[in-house]
Amino acid sequence: MSAVTTSFPNTVAEWQLPSRGKVAMAGLIVAESAIFTIFVVAYLFYLGKSLTGPTPREVLETPIFYTICLLSSSLTIHLAAKCLARGITFAFLGLWLFTIALGGLFLYGTAQEWYRLIYEHGVTISTNLFGTTYYSLVGLHAFHVTAGLIMLVTVAVFGLSGRVGVKQSGHIEVLSMYWHFVDAVWVVVFTVVYVLGR
Amino acid sequence: MSSNAITLPGTQIQARPWVDELHQWLTTVDHKRLGILYILSALLFLAIGGVEALIIRIQLMHSHNNFVSPEVFNRMFTMHGTTMIFFVAMPVLFGFANYLVPLMIGARDMAFPRLNAFSFWLSFLGGLLLYFSFLGGSGLYGAGSAPDVGWWSYAPLGARAFSPGHSSDYWTLAVLVSGFGSIGTAINIIATILCLRCPGMKLNRMPLLVWMNLVMAGMVLFAVTPLSAAQIMLLIDRYLGGHFFDTQAGGSAVLWMHFFWIFGHPEVYILIIPCFAFMSEIIPVFSRKPIFGYPVMVAATVCIAFVSMSVWAHHMFTIGMNSYANSFFTLTTMAVGVPTGIKIFNWIGTMWGGRIQFKTPMLFSIGFLFQFLIAGLTGIMIAASPFDWQLSLSYFVVAHFHYVIVGGILFALFAAFYYWYPKMTGRMLSERLGKWHFWLFLIGFHLTFDVMHIPGILGMPRRIYTYEPGRGWDTLNLIITIGAFIQALAILVFLANLVISYFKGDRAGNDPWDAWTLEWSISSPPPAYNFATVPTVASRRPLWDLKHPEDPDSRYE
Repeated sequence: MSAVTTSFPNTVAEWQLPSRGKVAMAGLIVAESAIFTIFVVAYLFYLGKSLTGPTPREVLETPIFYTICLLSSSLTIHLAAKCLARGITFAFLGLWLFTIALGGLFLYGTAQEWYRLIYEHGVTISTNLFGTTYYSLVGLHAFHVTAGLIMLVTVAVFGLSGRVGVKQSGHIEVLSMYWHFVDAVWVVVFTVVYVLGR
Repeated sequence: MSSNAITLPGTQIQARPWVDELHQWLTTVDHKRLGILYILSALLFLAIGGVEALIIRIQLMHSHNNFVSPEVFNRMFTMHGTTMIFFVAMPVLFGFANYLVPLMIGARDMAFPRLNAFSFWLSFLGGLLLYFSFLGGSGLYGAGSAPDVGWWSYAPLGARAFSPGHSSDYWTLAVLVSGFGSIGTAINIIATILCLRCPGMKLNRMPLLVWMNLVMAGMVLFAVTPLSAAQIMLLIDRYLGGHFFDTQAGGSAVLWMHFFWIFGHPEVYILIIPCFAFMSEIIPVFSRKPIFGYPVMVAATVCIAFVSMSVWAHHMFTIGMNSYANSFFTLTTMAVGVPTGIKIFNWIGTMWGGRIQFKTPMLFSIGFLFQFLIAGLTGIMIAASPFDWQLSLSYFVVAHFHYVIVGGILFALFAAFYYWYPKMTGRMLSERLGKWHFWLFLIGFHLTFDVMHIPGILGMPRRIYTYEPGRGWDTLNLIITIGAFIQALAILVFLANLVISYFKGDRAGNDPWDAWTLEWSISSPPPAYNFATVPTVASRRPLWDLKHPEDPDSRYE
């Protein structure tokens, strides 16, 4: 019908494009960063604006141990992904389970802090602006840790049944990007809530 | 037909029962079908939102009109705004992006087909959720029906105390859910463009439509997410007793405004950049010239994306910011006019000296150029904060942004419909009905929105359900309403054209416009697999190279 034919001249020797998993995860991280930014801005904006107590200085304690747990889990998941890429499945599984344990420990820390705040100090999300912004920001982060843990546990289940190998290392790297992001967000949340906010 | 289709000898294609066909559409993960679903859902909501606009216009036709009650009027303008932005403009642009981006970069599908389907159904069900509020809005409390606190739901109007019942909950959830859909699609578009280009399609060879959708998707990630965050905060306020926007407990109503407009203004550019993309494909083809200043167009798009992130508070000059903030947002808003102006010059530069064919897509494109320019000029007017103090919240502002959205975005969309409908259906849209559509819509548009500036300058505030006689607003409002009905008539012609041409239109063939991008190299409608052989690209106009092997573009790039 027309001059249109299918044979496109083949001139390209090498053609390499980035992995779609990594690009998509980078996109998700950008989007999530914007969400966290808004919550952080709200937290900073409302610092000291509560009309009633208690204030952060009165009730918050710096969770240093649990922070160390979460941050070191970034290292373990990185090493796990490295091991998998090299085909050392056993070390991968061990480090992966260790990562899950560290993440779980961190969540336990958050739960304990919330329990203390609610039952000892009577601070809930509706007490004052501090309560609203604190539970929202820390809760949003804890939600992301939980989502990450669910994915990590899913991988662990597959790993324990022997279905995670070198072939899957691309997927594992994408997941570890997410986990690094969750850790990086904690650095910001920690600085804002426990350092600047008190 | 071309040899580009895979033919299996001995297979007979039988018509499937319609239940099967429906099942195929509902469970599809094909980017072309999802694109069409996006577009159809947008057309459905366009009709609904249009009827709401007509109700608003009938009510304002003359002073002391009693066509609808004040409560219904509030619901109508809230639903009109929310529907048109979130459930018409976004889906229809995502629909075109979905359909065209993989075809233009020579890909088989989007990067994540199932995420694509998930995003579409999120955004569509968000729309259904919004409209379910008419039935379910009263809930157990028996107060309120559809959302009625304006499309930006300013605090504290959105709070429980001022918006009892569930109407605002439906609004929040609908916007939140469709926002997640938008984020999913944006991630998908970015991954598709960066990771699935066919061999040879370097970034600087991508069609401008692909480039601009890449920028648009990037902006969605930065701009839609603040709205999602603000909606989560509003939900916390409404359901968990939080105090984010509760002024009684020290919360700030202005913070909501900031969060809303940090989304709201980039959103305008999220909507207009894909329209720039349509223009950048359609104007060259109908001017028979390659686009003028390709790299500058890309740079201007990226520049607009950056600058538009820092203009949001020009919606808030009247809240009493300090003079530094006012000056900053005035300057940035005016600065965004520079890259936009560059684009307009480039499109005119493309047309300059070309052999222009005045087909319907080109008519709408030229309408776009003129109207978008005027919309930009009134935008510069109200970007000056002292001028805005006078005209903010008046019909002048309503006229301005409808000039952008109808005169700009909708005209570009109509151009895109006439241009790509043959590719999507295999049939040409009728030129005769198209001309009727164009001229009727042009007349109706100018009657409505040119005139609407005047009552604004005379001081008519927006969102009032009626007004006193004797202020000189009656005749103007009557003209505006008449214009609205002419536009509605034009839309009916358009819808009739879509339906009639689907059955009786001329066969389109692969390449009815003698165009240059990859989607025209395959049959219309394209086969499910898109390209039988993966194309290889050596220039920005791969089909030109094929049609003119003696003088290919690749020689000059």
